[in-house]
Amino acid sequence: MSAPAIQCDVAIVGAGPAGLGAAIRLRNSGVKRVVVLEREAAAGGIPRHCGHPPFGWPEFQRILKGPEYALRLQQAADAAGVDIRTETSVVQIEPGPMLQVTTPAGPAQIEAARVLLATGARETPRSARLISGTRPMGVLTTGALQSMVYLKSQRPFMRPVITGTELVSFSALLSCRHAKIRPVAMLEEHSRPTAWRASVWLPRLLGVRLEMNTQLIAIEGNDRVSGVLVRRGENSVEKIACDGVVFCGRFVAEASLACMGHIDVNPVFGTPVTDQFGRCSDARFFAAGNMVHPADTSGRCWHDGITTADHIVQSLAGNLPSPNNAIAIESAEPVIRYVIPQRLSVDPRPAKDAALCVRFSSEAKGTLHLKVNDSPIVSKRVRARPEKQVAVALPDDIFSSKPKRLKLTFEPSC
Amino acid sequence: MTAELNSPPVSEYCEPARQTNTSARQLCDVLVVGGGVVGCAVTRRLALAGAHVILAEKEADILEGASKGNSAILHTGFDAPPNSVEQGCIADGYREFLEIQSRLNLPLVKTGAMVLAWDHEQAARIDAIVAKAHANGVKDVAEISTDAARAQVPALGTGFTRAVHIPGESLLDPWSTPLAYLHQALAHGAEFLHHCEVHTGEFDGNRWRVATSQGELQARWLVNSAGLYGDQLHHQLIGEPRFRIRPRKGQFLVYDKSANQLTDTIILPTPQETTKGIVICPTIFGNLLVGPTAEDQESRADASVDTATLSRLKSVGESIVPGLKEHSITGVYAGIRPATDARDYQLEADSKRQYLCIGGIRSTGLSAALGIARRAAKLILGDQSAADTPDSIQWPSVPQISEAGQRDWMRPDNGGIVCHCELVTRREIKNALLGPLPARSLSGLKRRTRATMGRCQGFYCSAELSELTQGHLDCPLGI
Repeated sequence: MSAPAIQCDVAIVGAGPAGLGAAIRLRNSGVKRVVVLEREAAAGGIPRHCGHPPFGWPEFQRILKGPEYALRLQQAADAAGVDIRTETSVVQIEPGPMLQVTTPAGPAQIEAARVLLATGARETPRSARLISGTRPMGVLTTGALQSMVYLKSQRPFMRPVITGTELVSFSALLSCRHAKIRPVAMLEEHSRPTAWRASVWLPRLLGVRLEMNTQLIAIEGNDRVSGVLVRRGENSVEKIACDGVVFCGRFVAEASLACMGHIDVNPVFGTPVTDQFGRCSDARFFAAGNMVHPADTSGRCWHDGITTADHIVQSLAGNLPSPNNAIAIESAEPVIRYVIPQRLSVDPRPAKDAALCVRFSSEAKGTLHLKVNDSPIVSKRVRARPEKQVAVALPDDIFSSKPKRLKLTFEPSC
Repeated sequence: MTAELNSPPVSEYCEPARQTNTSARQLCDVLVVGGGVVGCAVTRRLALAGAHVILAEKEADILEGASKGNSAILHTGFDAPPNSVEQGCIADGYREFLEIQSRLNLPLVKTGAMVLAWDHEQAARIDAIVAKAHANGVKDVAEISTDAARAQVPALGTGFTRAVHIPGESLLDPWSTPLAYLHQALAHGAEFLHHCEVHTGEFDGNRWRVATSQGELQARWLVNSAGLYGDQLHHQLIGEPRFRIRPRKGQFLVYDKSANQLTDTIILPTPQETTKGIVICPTIFGNLLVGPTAEDQESRADASVDTATLSRLKSVGESIVPGLKEHSITGVYAGIRPATDARDYQLEADSKRQYLCIGGIRSTGLSAALGIARRAAKLILGDQSAADTPDSIQWPSVPQISEAGQRDWMRPDNGGIVCHCELVTRREIKNALLGPLPARSLSGLKRRTRATMGRCQGFYCSAELSELTQGHLDCPLGI
């Protein structure tokens, strides 16, 4: 027989910046039993794996390395009376809410009045990118590289290539430097870096050549990587000798619990469907952090956790509007990677500072229109880049016209 | 830039584990060359019959060749050529697997399968498929209405005009199964030699003297189950060419576990001349598989994948089950099947030279292995070996890693989860690195535990695995 279920007011899945930010806020708002379930051996989330700065400015007004930042978050949570359970993996979520978990001692159950999913994001690995070639060892994502380098002091390779120029690619560079790994090159398919333009100085500073307009097309090697094939420009294919590949970024939501459970996931965005309060399709479940917006800085996740915690407090008090009366925000534009939230629960109170957050999948210039029953109520000119987010403010009186359909469209300009 | 920062040559990273010298080894009854599923099953059958068997494998682990990548289906043999050796072996293999599966703790999920006809030409072949199945003794195969097919798998796309139901097609664990065969063989006195490549061999009228990378081995009988290298080995040992392996590569897509809900039945296309075509099937680990392609190639080792083919597979999959568009791809892989010029298996004993060649076991090897092993034993040991398995034999069980049964994470004191996507416990990893058949490579560890095979492909567990496997793998994860 299994032990009786652990009871709590709010169970939070994931002890990263979003989960801990929310947990601290909940406790400080008077919620009694806040349990955070963390599958790793220590709380802190991805920053714990990331041994370089800059972390912590919005939270602690200091520039910290990832592990220091993670430790501070954990200490703040402890001080606030948050019950953090490490080495506790949630294997299934169920209505109730009920969580099925497993620990080194075996399975257990947790019952909560509300659940916050804050399981973060993960990078797209080689397989999902359908990259050609053999499948040798030494092909990793940044996350795997960082945990090897910083948590276990191991080196998976000595002379890898790094793909992509998202922010996390530069984190990969710093992680390599820490471990005295010397990347052969950093490859970017496009003509400009995905992160900010000035970021090109970092590889130069570290003596790593940055190759723009260069796409990795195949991996070679038997046991270990011996080289990669890259396409430069239109036709020229070249081989670069290296002993590893780091696939950086292209973050996707770690939404497996939602996908495998009863929570609706937007099939295009891959993120849980939430309303403006961070509520999921089962209104006793909330989502926050990089699971909702893959992937942002820890500071933004922390902030998002706090905001969602406030909504959870309201939900526990019965003060949120009914979730049954929600309007979906349609968007079928290929350039739009995701929109948050994906639905609005009709709220009789005026919407204060409410906004849609839009992220693009490619560079785009044009106008975003939010249409109510097919007529635009908000238009915003944007020059979007893949990693940049665009906020579209919602009018205070959005619900007064009793909208039936909300649609977000993008009109490109020439 | 200092010299220490440069990477050492690759050969220094990967050093085969040392093994005791084989020169002092006694004469054995049978030397089986090649540790694929067939080699493991033959070793098992011979060992159960009381023979002293040595299985020699040139790689670090079993299942490193053709048996590495298949579609993990236990076939009934409904579409095998009637009266062929292949059909007989599949039928026998299927029957024996059902008998022994639970005693070896091997999972089996009887999903059934459907053959669908998507065009006029395929529809015209449906009657023949049913007739062939009945001729092969698979009597429960029957045509069903397209409505019934859709009721079974509501996610099916539109456009198929006829459907055949094969209730007996099932899913199994393609790696634990041969591992269990070999474990049982070892429990009955068989020996396994890894990194043991056979170079040459001579039969002196009484015994084989075989030169291997581990020294000389002597055996009364020699079984060639060298899979993709079977023709080369045959040439080395016997001198004359008998068949030629024509490597055929098959690429696969593995979809996320979320896609598993799309079908609980194996979806087969109407079989073509050379291949079963592209299959969509659930796996026993809870994923969904789309593949394989059939690409003839020269190389016996090149299991590379390519973007264009994988993309094409993706669109074929999405045309059969449109809902796949909404699911992500977890993994990709390629397997190489040892096709030959001949249609049928090449199973022939040379009793004068005490040599048995098992060649050309292409995509059905996993289903047929136990049947092949019975025939092999009969050819070598005579009819006594075909007697049913006696009660006195040992049934070592292998860890259950499929979604079809209880997993270790559900049990107390499992040490905690290491691979979160596949819920692999620390205890499972540790156990896979110990025992009579420990994992010596990352791929061997993956096959024994499923670590890193989930949706994040090692994002979270690589570091932990690197630490846990230190000193165990020939080619360590960390340098």
